Amino acid sequence: MNRRDFLRFSAIGSAVLLTLPSISFAAANTDRRLIFIIQRGAADGLNTVIPYADPDYAKLRGALAIDVAQAIKLDGMFALHASLAETAKLYQSGQALFVHAVASPYRDRSHFDGQNVLETGGTSAYQTKDGWMNRLLALLPKAQNEAIAFAATIPMALRGSMEVSSYAASNLPEAPDDLLMRVGQLYAQDAQLNSLWQAAMEANQMAEDVSAKQDPANLGKLAATFLNKTNGPRIAMIETSGWDTHSAQEARLSRQLKSLDQLISGLRNELGSNWQKTTVIVATEFGRTAAANGTGGTDHGTASAAMILGGDVNGGKVIADWPGLAQSNLFENRDLKPTLNLNTLIASTVSACFHIDHALLLKTLFPESSEGKLMSAIIKT
Amino acid sequence: MLINMSAQAIAINRFGLGARLDETPPSDPKQWLLAQLTQYQAQPSAWNNQRKSADILADMAQDLMQMRQADERKKTAAKRLFKIEVRDDYIAACNVRTLSALTSSTPFVERLVHFWANHFAISAQKPAVTEMAGAFELEAIRPHVLGNFKDMLIAVEQHPAMLIYLDQAKSMGPNSRAVEKLAARAPEKKRGLNENLAREILELHTLGVRSGYSQADVTEFAKALTGWSVVDGHKRDKEAQNGNNGFVYRPFIHEPGSRNILGKSYAQNHMAQAEAVLNDLAIAPATATHIATKLARHFVSDQPPASLIDKLAQSFLKSGGNLNQVYRALIESPEAWQAAPAKFKTPWEWFVSSARALGKNKLEGLNVAQILNQLGQPLWRPGSPAGYDDIAESWAAPNALLRRVEMAQRLVAPLGDQLDARALADKLLLGAVSAETITAIKRAESASTALALLLVSPEFLRR
Repeated sequence: MNRRDFLRFSAIGSAVLLTLPSISFAAANTDRRLIFIIQRGAADGLNTVIPYADPDYAKLRGALAIDVAQAIKLDGMFALHASLAETAKLYQSGQALFVHAVASPYRDRSHFDGQNVLETGGTSAYQTKDGWMNRLLALLPKAQNEAIAFAATIPMALRGSMEVSSYAASNLPEAPDDLLMRVGQLYAQDAQLNSLWQAAMEANQMAEDVSAKQDPANLGKLAATFLNKTNGPRIAMIETSGWDTHSAQEARLSRQLKSLDQLISGLRNELGSNWQKTTVIVATEFGRTAAANGTGGTDHGTASAAMILGGDVNGGKVIADWPGLAQSNLFENRDLKPTLNLNTLIASTVSACFHIDHALLLKTLFPESSEGKLMSAIIKT
Repeated sequence: MLINMSAQAIAINRFGLGARLDETPPSDPKQWLLAQLTQYQAQPSAWNNQRKSADILADMAQDLMQMRQADERKKTAAKRLFKIEVRDDYIAACNVRTLSALTSSTPFVERLVHFWANHFAISAQKPAVTEMAGAFELEAIRPHVLGNFKDMLIAVEQHPAMLIYLDQAKSMGPNSRAVEKLAARAPEKKRGLNENLAREILELHTLGVRSGYSQADVTEFAKALTGWSVVDGHKRDKEAQNGNNGFVYRPFIHEPGSRNILGKSYAQNHMAQAEAVLNDLAIAPATATHIATKLARHFVSDQPPASLIDKLAQSFLKSGGNLNQVYRALIESPEAWQAAPAKFKTPWEWFVSSARALGKNKLEGLNVAQILNQLGQPLWRPGSPAGYDDIAESWAAPNALLRRVEMAQRLVAPLGDQLDARALADKLLLGAVSAETITAIKRAESASTALALLLVSPEFLRR
């Protein structure tokens, strides 16, 4: 019995242990780590993974266009924003994969609806009531199905019937054990508060030896510390925000990407040998307009870029069915046209990670999606 | 296990901001709420020292000019000073808002102010928005909270904090005189439209998402809004003197021509064009439903009954957006008085009700900005124009709960044994308190542990 079971056992009684679902249909690995980093605010894929060789890119972006000489060249078509120096090293060692002109099934331009679709795995906003990551937990064996959000609250992707924890370092003075124990007793009869409290106590114990500094590198380190624990969570979500660059984009996007880069390198460094068994998905709700707007930024668009990172990712390449940026090729005359489905990318990645049947995974994670073709060779076999 | 609330408890804890230790509960709860609609003060004394946005903008322009002119060494110092000023103004405004909530004699209307400030959310991230966050609430929300929705809508969209937050201030008509001139002088620099504010007005402030507007409507509306801008702080900006909080209309960046929005043509070729659009949006049926749903969700339940939404929306439509009428309809609806506490308090609600419970009417060294940050709901900084969510799933989470326990302990620590939690429980929860909570309080090892337990009890976390 691991500690979490012990907590459950002592808190609610043995009945719960007996009724935990047993999973027999998914022959999953038990030591994989999956991390979903969401970029809230519609990250500009075109200035992150830059299609420098597309002749229309510089025209559309004007002063915002990034010259290939100022970026990190990936191949004959794409270059990476210079702020992503550590991520570029992962790419060079074959541990990072970029996917371009990719979008969820959502086609309007509301952040909040777009994030809801990305996180629930539906095709339209608020149609699906729980998150795809929570539904994934139900497919995983018990040793593998603990999930945590590195935030004080639980983001939509992790909400649902499976129990999920949350942790974020705070500067508050710790409450004495006596008070914690009494609160536990006080909540014993309140189903909602009781389960939240058990999860909080468990996460709190795990974080005991971690620095409370809240910069991106430390957040990566903190997350890795949890994921490294023998009985720790294996599924995690990290939220980043501030990607909505309607104005002064150049400076803001550089800062955002620098933070993301530090978060990623913090994760990789602290995960150590576990990095080999870790897959990180980085994605945003939608992209930004192909052309610069009138205020040194970009407005809400459609397709963007996503990243798959990890020790055994089949990386060192950019996957794109490039639609081109000529006016006639733009989606609704303004946005990068989506040619890959983000749901397919996520399902294919998760399927390869956990050796879960792709069809079963699609049906569970993205039940409304019609597109189901597996993208192969995302993870080395 | 949920304990039923009495009408008194509902009026005070669900509609109001929470019982105060030193207040007598109203004998007629409904009447108590209705009376507040006539007693409310838009600028109570707590707000008297809030700086006006026009002044903030003028000072800011001056600071920025000095920074530009300073030499390198002085520049760094000036930048640091500027940051401190922005932060101090924000912290002061957070305290003012809290004091106002602690001492208000109309806590129901005060709650409505918080509701509307979150509906028309700005996010204190850019320096100008951060420094004007308090002024925005005082100037654009508080005067209109009992008036007509249209007036609040226009005050909000013309407020410099909103115009800067959603990038409207610099948006220019692609065919405006200014852009033509700029293009002649520097053709490589692209200047023009920014559609951010137009989209969020339709999606968040009025009609609501998926209510039938198109990308073309957004673009057309963005064109109508061009010219709505903010004083630049220089003396030559005569419009700065017009008492409009720092809003200014600039004809030379306005997109010329008639606009077609949601099937209606707007021929006005000046500031009145976007005003006419807002006037129509303010009384649209989709807006009525959107506002009714959010109000019902805020006061009644995360999934409010359709019957209640319908009642509020009808009241909104019939009265042409008269908010006073809508609140009366809410108070008269039996759905709002259901006895089970269905709402999980947000960090702000929990903190304010805790401070009221402890009888605080001064902040005594508490830094509200920091506290709300630690509780996970930084004041006026939701990070997105959608504002903070109003459902339990967004707030009831493991770590968030632990932080409330830690904060409760901090709040009660200075009180020692001045307060008796057993007596307080009855006074605050007005009978809606479970045997478990009473037992936990009685058995606590100290007076302050008992108080902390009361503040984090299941009954006190909900309303």
